[in-house]
Amino acid sequence: MHNKSITQLSTELRAGDFSSVELTRHYLQRIHQLDKGLNSFITITEEQALAQAEAADKQLAAGEGGVLTGIPVAHKDIFCTQGVRTSCGSRMLDNFISPYDATVVERLAGAGVVMLGKTNMDEFAMGSSNETSFYGPVKNPWNRDKVPGGSSGGSAAAMAARLCAAATGTDTGGSIRQPAALCGITGVKPTYGRVSRYGMIAFASSLDQAGPMAASAEDAALMLQAMAGFDQRDSTSMQQPVPDYSATLNQSLQGLKIGLPKEYFDEGLDAGVRQSVEQAIEVYTGMGAEVREITLPNTGLAVATYYVVAPAECSSNLSRFDGVRFGYRCDDPVDLEDLYKRSRSEGFGEEVKRRILIGAYVLSAGYYDAYYLKAQKLRHLISDDFKRAFEEVDVIMGPASPSTAFGVGEKADDPVSMYLSDVYTIATNMAGLPGISIPCAPVGGMPVGLQIIGNYFDEARLLNAAHRFQQQTQWHQQLPEGV
Amino acid sequence: MQWETVIGLEIHTQLATSSKIFSGASTAFGAEPNSQACLVDLGMPGVLPVLNREAVRKAVMFGTAIGAEVARRSVFDRKNYFYPDLPKGYQISQLEFPIVGTGEVEIMLEDGSTRIIGVTRAHLEEDAGKSLHEDFHGMTGIDLNRAGTPLLEIVSEPDMRSAVEAVAYAKKIHQIVRYLGVSDGNMQEGSFRCDANVSVRPLGQQELGTRAELKNINSFRFLERAINFEVERQIELIEEGGRVVQETRLYDSDKDETRSMRSKEEANDYRYFPDPDLLPVELDDAFIEEAVAALPEMPDVRRARFEADFGLSPQDAATLTGSRDLADYFETAAKIGDDVRLAVNWVMGELSAALNKAGLDITSSPVSAGQFGGLIKRMADNTISGKIAKEVFEAMWSGEGSADEIIDARGLKQITDSGAIEAIVDEVIANSTQQVENYRQADAEKQPKMLGYFVGQVMKVSRGKANPQQVNALLREKLAG
Repeated sequence: MHNKSITQLSTELRAGDFSSVELTRHYLQRIHQLDKGLNSFITITEEQALAQAEAADKQLAAGEGGVLTGIPVAHKDIFCTQGVRTSCGSRMLDNFISPYDATVVERLAGAGVVMLGKTNMDEFAMGSSNETSFYGPVKNPWNRDKVPGGSSGGSAAAMAARLCAAATGTDTGGSIRQPAALCGITGVKPTYGRVSRYGMIAFASSLDQAGPMAASAEDAALMLQAMAGFDQRDSTSMQQPVPDYSATLNQSLQGLKIGLPKEYFDEGLDAGVRQSVEQAIEVYTGMGAEVREITLPNTGLAVATYYVVAPAECSSNLSRFDGVRFGYRCDDPVDLEDLYKRSRSEGFGEEVKRRILIGAYVLSAGYYDAYYLKAQKLRHLISDDFKRAFEEVDVIMGPASPSTAFGVGEKADDPVSMYLSDVYTIATNMAGLPGISIPCAPVGGMPVGLQIIGNYFDEARLLNAAHRFQQQTQWHQQLPEGV
Repeated sequence: MQWETVIGLEIHTQLATSSKIFSGASTAFGAEPNSQACLVDLGMPGVLPVLNREAVRKAVMFGTAIGAEVARRSVFDRKNYFYPDLPKGYQISQLEFPIVGTGEVEIMLEDGSTRIIGVTRAHLEEDAGKSLHEDFHGMTGIDLNRAGTPLLEIVSEPDMRSAVEAVAYAKKIHQIVRYLGVSDGNMQEGSFRCDANVSVRPLGQQELGTRAELKNINSFRFLERAINFEVERQIELIEEGGRVVQETRLYDSDKDETRSMRSKEEANDYRYFPDPDLLPVELDDAFIEEAVAALPEMPDVRRARFEADFGLSPQDAATLTGSRDLADYFETAAKIGDDVRLAVNWVMGELSAALNKAGLDITSSPVSAGQFGGLIKRMADNTISGKIAKEVFEAMWSGEGSADEIIDARGLKQITDSGAIEAIVDEVIANSTQQVENYRQADAEKQPKMLGYFVGQVMKVSRGKANPQQVNALLREKLAG
């Protein structure tokens, strides 16, 4: 059952070939069986899942519901889920039972999905390897010695091992696309404002965006359809109509103008990954697309700019975790200052503390102009690069990550090297553009992601381009050994 | 040496919206602790602020009323600091781009002279919760009902030169926000709070002295006392060879003194930056026009109109336009009563006295403006005399009904039938032979005084109901013999 597309599963559920309860049991069994070695789940919500599946079966029997009714999915543990622990991968929230559902969770539940559990992640989404989680690192299903990428590493690994039919993730600097690439799945980072951020624990508010992680573009389209749309509880969500993503999946790519930024194929790119991406682009030219080289001259500034903007916002966003109202509180505080200091020192991990310190520094009096303000200006330059590029081309393609999955522990002590693994994804967050990563030819047995970047609210075109590629190739259907 | 005092005020006024500035929770005062704090107010993980349109409208009304430029684009910033009653660890405020720019107000001092005081800016922000230090066995209780209540912080120029001027300015702002209905201005409930920046400099010096910021002032009286104490403290300090340090000082009304809370060095670095959860506030013409259209007649305009239309003295006009509620009350009563002079005298006399005695505000007067107008009307058309009116007013105050109802029920209608009055006058004259004789023998200039006795007797017999003018005329005529 776990090798089928959501559309297939939905058809068979409706036909009564199997029930949602059976399907849910199947996935739960796979989780129990396979996740010990992967650690992709923080919380498994077995009882709740079976109850939801039962309700879905009733709906299906009555001929009600939609294509997602009864489909088992997993949520990244950054989304608030009512009555269920929402840890954000942190000791700080290990005891936090959310009193409400995030909009994404609510909308998917409304569409009839079954929640299997909450997936592991880098602490507060800060990391590119899923090694900063309080709940331990996630292993890459393709090679347990390798990282799955991050921060949505749990969702990516769970999806790659087919422990769910689809999953949710969030992407602040590449946190959906990079793990999707490293785990060989399809991950969509929508336009900023396309999906509501309400109930998604904020890392960097101006960059965070939720999106689907799935086995294929076709499945991702169904998930995004349910997730997207204006939400009056999120002032930054856009009142833009949501098109029917599935309807345009098969459109011809004849004449599609693809831009290849020369900065994305520089010396920092692994030779094998470059070859794989170039092969993938040949598939597109074979379908009638036109390719031209473009330039995004400020790409080199993106990582540095990001590591000013994102920590600045995070330093403020994470201030609410103070040990006063919820979450971790130190034992026997002697006074208020002690309560703050120890609760936060003990509750947060090293990477989170590093970013809070950087963020507080760049916002402090006397440094604000030199760092935060300058970063905002650079952000405009980076956006302008894309604006110019989209005057010439329809989509931009390149690698999602400079290499295949690196070894567990390999970059853990070298933050700068870790930060550079998002070098090709960060700029799109700075600009607020949508991007997708889809599997192309593996290198050395490890998956490689082709990244497609689109213009604002052009998710339909990205999904269309990704789907046509997946009609021509089988990479997205390959599964890791032992899965 | 001659010293000059320089004062600027920062006034935090709670905007009278029914829900909070960034959430749907109620802003009503006095509820059970934390019963009016929703997920957003509690700063729960994942929640987001959504701006209350009504708070923006009220800020625009204030800006327009003081002739300030209303910003077409303003920006919310985060002011970061840790405090238990600040749930998010930052306050959403406006730093660089406030919604209201430079404006000014005119204040009137007791001698009738006026001064213009500049308003630097006014910006929107959210209030914090409250820390409760009693009854928690050495712990601190947190009540977040107030967290997220919309505030308009109104910052003045350092234009005031005395505590008296500062109070006049604060009262003026208070009057304006109350007139506009943008705030209830209740100082006891903390809806209107003043911080004063106070410095002194040698008279004639251009450069400003080092200032101290005075906090915790919750009445106009304390504002005056806190400033006066602080001015004296600073002058004494400098004259003794010391230096004023820039600091925040708390006013202690029990001891009537200010004391240091924190110095500039200990001040927080608030690490302001634009709040990425909120888009800049972009106002279009329609929104501003709508707010302008909702503006009531402002106090200065109304005062001038009262003087011109009703022939009131500047003092009476100023008193009656002191608050919008009082002015509304007066106008309604005068219109229904159809007698401006009586309405002025009775609103400022009998009614004010009764309200003062009962410790009530005009808005909670047991006698409505309409009822009061009904009373004025019956005086104006001679149905009752002023003396009877006092009795009727007392009955109205204790809820016995309208003036007409009370007059009917108690049979207080004035006797104007000349035949009836004449009968009483004749009776009194017949029973007062000695007094009549004395009157007739008295000098002409003494007679008016002596007439009082007979008027009193007639009133006594008529139980106050005889029309005094008619009584006077008849008595004079009959006593003349």
